[in-house]
Amino acid sequence: MNVNDLVSNVNFLPWLIPVGPLLAFFVITLVTNRAKMVAATSSEYADHNHPGYMGLRVPVSSVSGRILSITVGLSGIIAAWLISLTVVGQALAVEHLGESDVFGSTIPWMVTGISTFNMGVLVDPLTTIMLIMVPLACTMIFIYAIGYMAADARQARFFALISLFAGAMLTLVVADNLLLLFVGWEVMGLCSYLLIGFWFEKESAYKAAIKAFTTTRVADVIMMLGIVYLYMMTGTLSFRDILHNEVMLSVLANTPAVLFGGLSAASLIGIFLIIGTIGKSAQFPLHVWLPDAMEGPTPVSAMIHAAAMVSAGVYAIIRMYPLFEAGGNPHHGLLTPPLMLMAVVGSFTALFAATIAVAQNDVKKVLAYSTISQLGFMMAALGIGAYIAAAFHLITHAFFKALLFMASGSVIHGMEHGDHHVQHAHGHGHDDAAHDAHAPDDHGHDDAHHAPHFDPQDMLNMGGLRKTMPVTFITFLIGGLSLAGFPLITAGFWSKDEILADAWKGLTEGFGPHALVFVLLAVSAFLTAFYTMRQLGLTFWGEARTEQAKHANLGQGIVSFTMTLPLVILAFFAIFAGFVGVPPSFPIFGSIFSPSENPFFEFVKNTLLSEQQPGELTFAWFPVLTSFTVALGGLGLGYLMYWRKPLQAGETDPMVKILGGLYPILKNKYYVDEVYVRVFVKPSQVFASVVVVRFMDGRIIDGILHGIARVFIWIGDFLKLLNMWLIDGVGDGIPEYVAAFGAYFRRFQTGRVQQYLLWVAIAAILIALVFAASSGWLVQASGG
Amino acid sequence: MAIFGIDVLTFLVIAPILCAVIMLLLPNNKSVVRWAALAVSVAIGALTVIIFVNYQNNPVPAEGMNYALEVNVPWFTLIGASWHVGIDGISAAMVLLTGILTPLAILISWEIEERVNMHMALLLFFETGLFGVFVAQDLMVFFLFYELSLVPMYFIINQWGGPNRKYASTKFFIYSMGGSLGMLLATQLIGLTAGTFDIHTLTQVWPKFAGADGSFLGIPVETVKALAFVGFFVAFCIKVPVWPFHTWLPDAHGEAPTAGSMLLAGVMLKLGAYGFLRLVIPLFPDVWIAPINILGFVETNWAGILAFLAMLSIVLGAFAAFGQNDIKRLVAYSSVNHMGFVAMGIAVAAVAYAQNWTNASTEHMQSAILATNGAVLQMFNHGLSSAAMFLLAGGIYHKTHTRDMTQYGGFWVKAPIYGAIFIFTSMASLGLPGLNGFVSEFLVVRGAWGVFTGLTVVAMLGLLFTGGYILKGIRAVLHGPFNMHWKDYNLEIEVREVVAIAPLLVLMLVTGIIPNWILPVINDSVMKILGG
Repeated sequence: MNVNDLVSNVNFLPWLIPVGPLLAFFVITLVTNRAKMVAATSSEYADHNHPGYMGLRVPVSSVSGRILSITVGLSGIIAAWLISLTVVGQALAVEHLGESDVFGSTIPWMVTGISTFNMGVLVDPLTTIMLIMVPLACTMIFIYAIGYMAADARQARFFALISLFAGAMLTLVVADNLLLLFVGWEVMGLCSYLLIGFWFEKESAYKAAIKAFTTTRVADVIMMLGIVYLYMMTGTLSFRDILHNEVMLSVLANTPAVLFGGLSAASLIGIFLIIGTIGKSAQFPLHVWLPDAMEGPTPVSAMIHAAAMVSAGVYAIIRMYPLFEAGGNPHHGLLTPPLMLMAVVGSFTALFAATIAVAQNDVKKVLAYSTISQLGFMMAALGIGAYIAAAFHLITHAFFKALLFMASGSVIHGMEHGDHHVQHAHGHGHDDAAHDAHAPDDHGHDDAHHAPHFDPQDMLNMGGLRKTMPVTFITFLIGGLSLAGFPLITAGFWSKDEILADAWKGLTEGFGPHALVFVLLAVSAFLTAFYTMRQLGLTFWGEARTEQAKHANLGQGIVSFTMTLPLVILAFFAIFAGFVGVPPSFPIFGSIFSPSENPFFEFVKNTLLSEQQPGELTFAWFPVLTSFTVALGGLGLGYLMYWRKPLQAGETDPMVKILGGLYPILKNKYYVDEVYVRVFVKPSQVFASVVVVRFMDGRIIDGILHGIARVFIWIGDFLKLLNMWLIDGVGDGIPEYVAAFGAYFRRFQTGRVQQYLLWVAIAAILIALVFAASSGWLVQASGG
Repeated sequence: MAIFGIDVLTFLVIAPILCAVIMLLLPNNKSVVRWAALAVSVAIGALTVIIFVNYQNNPVPAEGMNYALEVNVPWFTLIGASWHVGIDGISAAMVLLTGILTPLAILISWEIEERVNMHMALLLFFETGLFGVFVAQDLMVFFLFYELSLVPMYFIINQWGGPNRKYASTKFFIYSMGGSLGMLLATQLIGLTAGTFDIHTLTQVWPKFAGADGSFLGIPVETVKALAFVGFFVAFCIKVPVWPFHTWLPDAHGEAPTAGSMLLAGVMLKLGAYGFLRLVIPLFPDVWIAPINILGFVETNWAGILAFLAMLSIVLGAFAAFGQNDIKRLVAYSSVNHMGFVAMGIAVAAVAYAQNWTNASTEHMQSAILATNGAVLQMFNHGLSSAAMFLLAGGIYHKTHTRDMTQYGGFWVKAPIYGAIFIFTSMASLGLPGLNGFVSEFLVVRGAWGVFTGLTVVAMLGLLFTGGYILKGIRAVLHGPFNMHWKDYNLEIEVREVVAIAPLLVLMLVTGIIPNWILPVINDSVMKILGG
């Protein structure tokens, strides 16, 4: 493979996709991340994320360092984007990509006995659609971060980390085997840890970071078992070798598992891998890390929740789908245990998270729970065999959720701006009336060092922002409507509708899991529309409820521009991305957008072997009407409660009264965090420090050792006594001789280690030389 | 290959100790001694690189030989011991590791201000001991160097260690010596029955040894073999260390000066694992899988016991590290955790080798090859990451004079470069895919899954808490608001320390991304040993 081949041959080109961002990470870290020293109390450093330290000088990104790092970071991701577009262009040009033809190449990576493990890249239809979405969303996030992080002291580091993040995601996407996918998966985990804890001086931030890493690691170590098991069974981890191989799949499906009798090997591997996704894509019961991950800077939230990390979990399942399906057939109601697990966990999570989102007041937390809920939609869809619908929803969700997170970031930025304004206008006091009105409301992450302080993320502090932030309002509205599945004109509608249509088809054929999925998802979709409308109403409608909200805006110039541009671009996709997947039989819209066939469906289905491909659904009115009803019903209810009569300053959220006793439960997320702390976190800390360290190692093992030592000391003392008695009895002749010898020898025992050691060394060498001379091997050795 | 008329491996063993003597004879000028020690150790390190590359290019032993660069001359003919040295891929990897780490440790011990000559001499003396073990192909030579390496480390801890150094060094010395006692007896027993100490010959002869009518000196041969096995087993378990023989390690590591910890964790622990692979597996195939009944209800064998202890090392080592507030003890316990994977790989290898030897069964051979590759690579990787971790822990201890992590906090504010390196190294230690530790852990887990499935599942708990203690360390040192107590301290990493850790960082990354630079070397020898 020479350089010319590398850039001109589409089989080698995918290798280069992750290289740009990865290189950018190293260049920024090692070269362009230049700092200058400033006083920690100066405005260049200290803000509510960085406490000022009296009398300390701290490094801060210098202006040139910032500009260079931003340039390098952007160049990396744009390079990746351009290469991706080249690859995508060629991929779309191939007739039936995936059926027999894919782009890809491998290199030998690791010897394993007599065989070799090959690393490689692969571009098939599924990769292609990811290559359309991921670099685009990442680039938008990068642009957005220019403005959003402009005032942060460590902007260069931020760009290094998001570059690594993007590189890892792209590695995961182009991987042709599960091991490389896992590499990208875990490196992303590291990046999310570092980015969530980016403001590491804040207790809430580093705690959230540790929580995210640990929770996903629970899943990852189990996923690793799945990988090794699969590797042992097949001797390869290459996707095409395993998944495009009917023989291998049927062997996997017919071999009993080593653990948990009754399962097949394929099922056990599948369950292990799905647990990995449950962690990564934040499904119940491992969802707890994701809401806390909101502690990171907002572009990170967009990255984690839309373009990259959580999508990676679902992507991995879509990627490995034939394995989960092996031995069953979801289209005929035969769900294998892994599929059943996904259907149940996914649909439950969708509803569970949607109910929590209803009672949250933090603008980003609402979105976080909505993400968990939407990922539940995808999991449930995969569980019932709606493979393409899940992939479709993954893409549309990425666009509108990235948009929503960045728009919410704009809101927060605007609110901080307003807060700044207020503080300057009123000295450094707070607007007491406004603050007191919402003070009792909890914010688990109150900053201990700056309490009490104004919370720019609390929607109750907002209201009326449409007036000062019109672009943010409109784009947020578009994203929100897409999330709610507003009929016909939003992307979210088409993908969500397709999931419901799949579930409905199964329901009509009398399959229980399909019915469960249909009902739970329909209810969740209703709640989704409702809490979206609530969020929009609280944030943008009515009148400003605080001074800060009155003055909230993005200002002028580069910050405002870089933060608005991505919103506009993503808003475009939040609407139009849905039209690539309109079912042909859908009245009117079908004939406009899919005159002959559903383009998305036809393209993606070739990822699978033809026997596994789902068939195109015939049009049914019931699921479409359900989609209409739940979306419009939820939006309408939200409109009635939060738009027609907007919340006034000092007024209580109507949800509190309506939900009554349920409200605190939802507000506190069903107390899952509290339970985990009591059941897992505290006991393991106690077990580690008290049981293992102090008791087991300290008392028992060392206790035994010390006991043995004591016994030997007693024996020694006893022998000493015995000796004295013997010596007294036998006579003094021998001891005198010994004493004389000792006196002679004492001269060497000066108590200085140097001399001991010198003697030891010299003696060792002398002994060696004596042996050497006596055996004459020096002579021999020089010959050999 | 010969240097100054002496064959290269013998030269490699002798050179450090000769240099050690030179250090003692040099004038008491710190900078002269420091530079001199660095220069000679770099030269020796370069020699190990040459040896490694040479082996990589021609791994096939000369005609009639079993090892590369083999030299075999009579030495102590009376008892049948000979100066027999040679290397295979596993030795080559370990020799390379030793050669790399020693100069870095010497560079770090520039922070030592007292009795510099002696300190440098001891480090070089120690290097001789390590090289001697890794190139020895004669059991007596192996034993001599194995014991010899204890002495300098004892003095390093005892003289330059922390506040509790007397206790720690005594415990270290007596514990190791106690373990070696059984090994010495076993060595004598084997030598006596076989009439030779040549390891390669012994691996052919000793497993088939049946004594006269199935008994030896009036004792059934099985018993004799089992006793000899236990002698080796315990000695190497102490060295690795395998739970519950590990409690010397946190004390020794905690109290040792930085350079001492680096070499102790980086190389010395590998002597135990190396001993298992080189001696215990080939010498006792029948004993490894002879059924053992514990308390009448658990049917197992020695391999199962080792795997079980390895699992406990992984899990309890991780928990113990998680329960520490002393940064050096935290890193020390991480060694127990990581070396548990080595022990797990060895247990898998033992099963496969023994089955192949007793009934030519290759049922677990593929698993064993992967696990053993993983174990050896893990030895190398742990050498890199634990040395780097100790370097960083020692660096911060040297600057703050406390090992209590609760007194740290927010150091990333003031020391961004230190923070970045600390996180990188921690992630290598955690086994992040893309860095070195993952490759080896993956291989071991893959190998162990097919043989000790249940234990592997439980061991995952250890892997989870590896994350726990690593994050705890990062949090305590770097995260949180800056502790203003250290306002006027210089906490940033020094240039000398960066120079010392840089080669390790590069190797961690390279091994994670392209493991094939070293793995084929290991793989060939592993296949040869296991006969797969």
